[in-house]
Amino acid sequence: MTNSIGDMLQARAFLIIGSNTTEQHPIIGLQIKRAVRRNGAKLILADPRKIELAQFATIHLQHEGGTDIPLLNGLAYVILDENLQDDEFIATRTENFEAWRKVVEQYPPDEVSKITGVPVDDIVAAARMYATNKPAAILYAMGITQHIVGHYNVTALANLAMLTGNVGVPGGGVNPLRGQNNVQGACDVGCLPNVYPGYQKVTDEEVRAKFANFHSNEQPPAKVGLTVIEMMNAMLEGKVRAMYIMGENPALSDPDSNHVRRCLEACEFLVVNEIFLSETAQMADVVLPAAASVEKDGTYTNTERRIQLAHKALDPPGQAKPDWQILCELAKRMGAPEDEWSYSHPSEIMEEIAAVSPIYGGIRYERLEPVGLQWPCWAPEHGGTPILHVGRFTRGLGYFTPVHHQPADELPDDEYPFMLTTGRLLQHWHTGTMTRRVGGLDYLVPEELVEINPIDAEKLGIEDGDWIRVSSRRGEVVARAHVFDRPRPGLVFMTFHFAEALGNVLTNAALDPIAKIPEYKVCAVKVEKLDSPPE
Amino acid sequence: MLHYDRQVTTICPYCGVGCNLNLHIKDDRIVRVTSFYDHPVNRGNLCVKGRFGLEYVHHPDRLTTPLIRRNGRLEPASWDEALGLVAERLNAIKAESGPDSIALLSSAKCSNEDNYLMQKLARQVIGTHNIDHCARL
Repeated sequence: MTNSIGDMLQARAFLIIGSNTTEQHPIIGLQIKRAVRRNGAKLILADPRKIELAQFATIHLQHEGGTDIPLLNGLAYVILDENLQDDEFIATRTENFEAWRKVVEQYPPDEVSKITGVPVDDIVAAARMYATNKPAAILYAMGITQHIVGHYNVTALANLAMLTGNVGVPGGGVNPLRGQNNVQGACDVGCLPNVYPGYQKVTDEEVRAKFANFHSNEQPPAKVGLTVIEMMNAMLEGKVRAMYIMGENPALSDPDSNHVRRCLEACEFLVVNEIFLSETAQMADVVLPAAASVEKDGTYTNTERRIQLAHKALDPPGQAKPDWQILCELAKRMGAPEDEWSYSHPSEIMEEIAAVSPIYGGIRYERLEPVGLQWPCWAPEHGGTPILHVGRFTRGLGYFTPVHHQPADELPDDEYPFMLTTGRLLQHWHTGTMTRRVGGLDYLVPEELVEINPIDAEKLGIEDGDWIRVSSRRGEVVARAHVFDRPRPGLVFMTFHFAEALGNVLTNAALDPIAKIPEYKVCAVKVEKLDSPPE
Repeated sequence: MLHYDRQVTTICPYCGVGCNLNLHIKDDRIVRVTSFYDHPVNRGNLCVKGRFGLEYVHHPDRLTTPLIRRNGRLEPASWDEALGLVAERLNAIKAESGPDSIALLSSAKCSNEDNYLMQKLARQVIGTHNIDHCARL
């Protein structure tokens, strides 16, 4: 997030797109509700489903999946057409405005309405609302990024924020809501194929020299490594022979899971650190038992870039150990220098992180009580950064990047007439490894229920609770139908919480060429009623 | 009488909001989860997962010993044996096919320190940039 969770209460308007905030980030969802109900903030919600936030929205733009760019360019069109832009911000803080404007002018509301299915009046009203209530905060999540145009979807949001001068101010900004408890931190400390810790590019010679000096070895060639989906395909091709997985469950979480299973089966040597025998661990050659987060000291970085300390509360069961200990022992056995892999406590690892990554430069365990610090935190006396891009963008001037509509990789057709989109529920988490082992949560939601609109259900003769088969070009899933008007007509919604009825059997692994993110949010399926329950 | 022996503060293991959790522990079991009202992230609020979703920690399915596949089945093994096998096989594959024949998936569920060491293992010990995690999933 460019901004902080706390400053959202200062927002006069929200544009929330591709984020089911009250279910996926419930405590931020509470903040939104409070801002709307108590402060009278305007809420523009853009989502193909009538999620809970629709009840709080001033305007709900129920656009068709995969049409975010025309919708966002359409909002920009109206703002420019009605002269509601922030001219001073554009003049002093940005560049490439005129070139971008020429592209936006190709998206008048009547054209946008045809592509998105949103009424012209709503597009105009939403644009006015976002531009005239300042500060206005943009919030988004995987509904924006999990498309083959995910990168450009985010760019379109940044353009809107710059157009209206909503950057670098409390209550404004462009705020991605990060999914996992430490997805931000895993990126920050370099678990990405293109960057070392602190987002330092692996292709930068100065960066490589710095890490070569810090560690007593030669650095890998200045070539970006493989992303997760590319790794899977490389295993099938025999280019990747061994895989080491720490605490993830790609057998269920990756798109087109039948294909992913074939990839994992093709892997010659698979090692998994886990707390449970997950679907992925069941396929492993070696499984190493890990401590859960409450069984070790460590830090986690949340969606607002806040690095927070977690204390060990319990001993791990049996012989299970914290992952950092497992990794140290393995590295030494593989021949790594003893002195570079001997830590008596995670705080010593954080000292090393701080030494190699400038954005964490001032992070020390003793500074993290009681509420942590937000990066960038450059030095031990630096107080952290609650809001990014104040007065200046990281690159200097903000760049208006023109973005064009590009249809999703796989759209409904005669054979597969419905659009499938996937997501998660409040009561479960990701592949269910943890939440399906919590009695109360599993009691609340014990099975997959496929959301389908009543208009569609009636045509297919499906009633609420009926068993249905949902199939795509990649596989089929049997589950019960939940008939209600949450998805727009033509759209069905599934999760990937339930191994026995897994939405990811159906999803499309087409990738955004820049971000390499799969298009989970749009694929084509058919829906059929089953005459009898499955055996 | 208090219904717990001690309290320990931690961070919620679920979503990216990063709510503060105050675990109430009795006889080495989590018996109650609360949160401090003055914490800037969640101000004492918790969702159903944060407040009631930590029971998995005590689940009997937890892995308690290393496992090695023998004759098609995963069987218990010692740490010494399991780590020895992993080190030997990874070094052998690296020697035969080069560092880029190995790929590592780190975890958005693990701590910064765990993740830092995973990428250090990839880059320093194995010698590959083939490291990613579920940020895109």
